[in-house]
Amino acid sequence: MELLAQIAGEDQIAFGEAVSAGFAYGLAAIGPGIGIGYLVGQSVQAMARQPEAAGMVRTTMFLGIAFTEALALIGFVVFILLKFA
Amino acid sequence: MATRLDGPAPEQQIALDMVKRGLPVAPILILFTLGIWGVNGALSAGYGIALVLLNFLFAAGLIAWSARISLAMLMAAALFGFLIRLALISLAIWLVKDASWIDLVPLGITIIVTHLGLLIWETRYVSASLAFPGLKPSTDHQQHQR
Repeated sequence: MELLAQIAGEDQIAFGEAVSAGFAYGLAAIGPGIGIGYLVGQSVQAMARQPEAAGMVRTTMFLGIAFTEALALIGFVVFILLKFA
Repeated sequence: MATRLDGPAPEQQIALDMVKRGLPVAPILILFTLGIWGVNGALSAGYGIALVLLNFLFAAGLIAWSARISLAMLMAAALFGFLIRLALISLAIWLVKDASWIDLVPLGITIIVTHLGLLIWETRYVSASLAFPGLKPSTDHQQHQR
């Protein structure tokens, strides 16, 4: 609170923008992080149990990772547009 | 239970496929951004396309490399790879954000459109070839055997 009290006027707005943008990017990265962890965990289990299906599992796993990562990229793009554009 | 995966790496093939599809489409996207945002937009779009293609190649290389070591390493590489790649993309944009030739709006739009577009294109191909193996293009070796 002391820090907030020291920051006044336009600085407070800039501070709020920076904190919001940081939170937005952080929150946008949490979901894909959980998603990729779950996806890879299940895929590794499937490949360990059925090595003969590993090729198909790896193919779908890689596409799944890339699709999940798209969410983080969208969050990142929104962050750079809010912060710098 | 298998603990490591030897043999071919399908993710590298997928990433190379996406690069092969992305390179011919890149001039169209660059021309499109040139028409709307000018030269800076076109340069930013080119930078964005390069970032997305390198990101795919790096992700595939990391997974293929780690799968040959162990499945636990694959898990670690996929998770930390996600963080490392996000950090690298952030760094790549941070380094050029104040450059005179960069325009952040076309850069951001190009990153999202290229990433999702190439993925959807590749997924359609993979889905078709998994569902109907006859559709999968055969290699030269297989064609000679017929």
